[in-house]
Amino acid sequence: MAASKVKRGYLTEYLKGLWDENPVFRQLLGMCPTLAVTTSTINGLSMGLATTFVLVCSSTIVSLIRKLIPDQVRIASFIVVIATFVTMADLFLKGIFPDISKALGPFVPLIVVNCIILGRAEVFASKNDPAKSFVDALGMGSGFVVALTVLGTIREIFGTGSLFGLVNFEPWVIMILPGGAFITLGLLIGLLNYLKEKTGQQQAAPACLPVDSQAEVN
Amino acid sequence: MDLLLIFISAAIVNNFVLSMFLGICPFLGVSNKLEKALSMGLATTFVMVLAAMVTWLINNLILVPFGLPFLQYVSFIIVIASLVQFVEMFIKKTSPALYRSLGIFLPLITTNCAILGLALLAALREYNFLQSVTFGLAAGVGFTLALCIMAGIREELDLAPVPEHFKGAPITLIIAGLLALAFMGFAGLISG
Repeated sequence: MAASKVKRGYLTEYLKGLWDENPVFRQLLGMCPTLAVTTSTINGLSMGLATTFVLVCSSTIVSLIRKLIPDQVRIASFIVVIATFVTMADLFLKGIFPDISKALGPFVPLIVVNCIILGRAEVFASKNDPAKSFVDALGMGSGFVVALTVLGTIREIFGTGSLFGLVNFEPWVIMILPGGAFITLGLLIGLLNYLKEKTGQQQAAPACLPVDSQAEVN
Repeated sequence: MDLLLIFISAAIVNNFVLSMFLGICPFLGVSNKLEKALSMGLATTFVMVLAAMVTWLINNLILVPFGLPFLQYVSFIIVIASLVQFVEMFIKKTSPALYRSLGIFLPLITTNCAILGLALLAALREYNFLQSVTFGLAAGVGFTLALCIMAGIREELDLAPVPEHFKGAPITLIIAGLLALAFMGFAGLISG
């Protein structure tokens, strides 16, 4: 009985990152990589996976050392942990997938300042045990991967004017330009707000203000 | 001439916010009032110029000569975090009025990816010291410009009829997209 309860607890922790608290669509965190690298599916997916790796590792480590860190220097300590894993991810991508590493450019090192990671470290990992933090980070990471892949796929289909090579049409150049990124994400969030209300769930938490979340972080 | 090119390119043509997607979080979060946007922009510009100087010195005097470029990310982010802390203490001591008006925005600058992005790009493009500082100043000006334009539009937007589901973040993103398109008009200004 107790065991199943615990299991359900972990499952909810995981699922909340996918939909209810999806970092991109619900909390508007980690916007910079979301908009910048989603010109194609593969770029979005690999960026999402790299971020998830860093997120899961750093959340677990932060949770393990949470009792050792004095409160005043916790943000600095979190950032050092995160930066270490980002360096690892960057060197890994450079070594094994040089093409992807080149396409993502400076956005791999910029995972360091991705607010999702620092946000989870501060809000969740520094207050919960390692197992829970691991699951929470995995959920948030999956939500991020899904969001980036969806956005990347939409932009790639319209930007290249071809639906998996089956249907071909005039490419919409705007979709792979910076403007297209903003507009696609805006329309997508609007659509999700609409769907959420349609399906009878309560209105989403007021679209977030990165400021609030960051204020929490700091 | 070279410096002028770097300045115009970073401030307008390749605007940090609208074409390179750096610093989107404060761009969406702090752009609802013109006054706030201006304060945030100026504080960020200030930190950017300082960060450009200090990270250049660290990169070229310590990391590169000792063959430690893999420590770039860790050392840059520590430099930026401590720089922000230092600026905060300095402003608090010298000008309490300015400190109060900037308030929460100062510590938030640490997590602004435009600043780390600036340091990394300057290192990647192998700018010399003067070029790095110009680049930092230009990036700050571009950031302030984008933030102020957006804030001006959003102040008007409060009175406009926006579809229910597009209120807040979605409409802001769409407007940012239109602004990005408008800024593309500068693309032919400088080749390269």
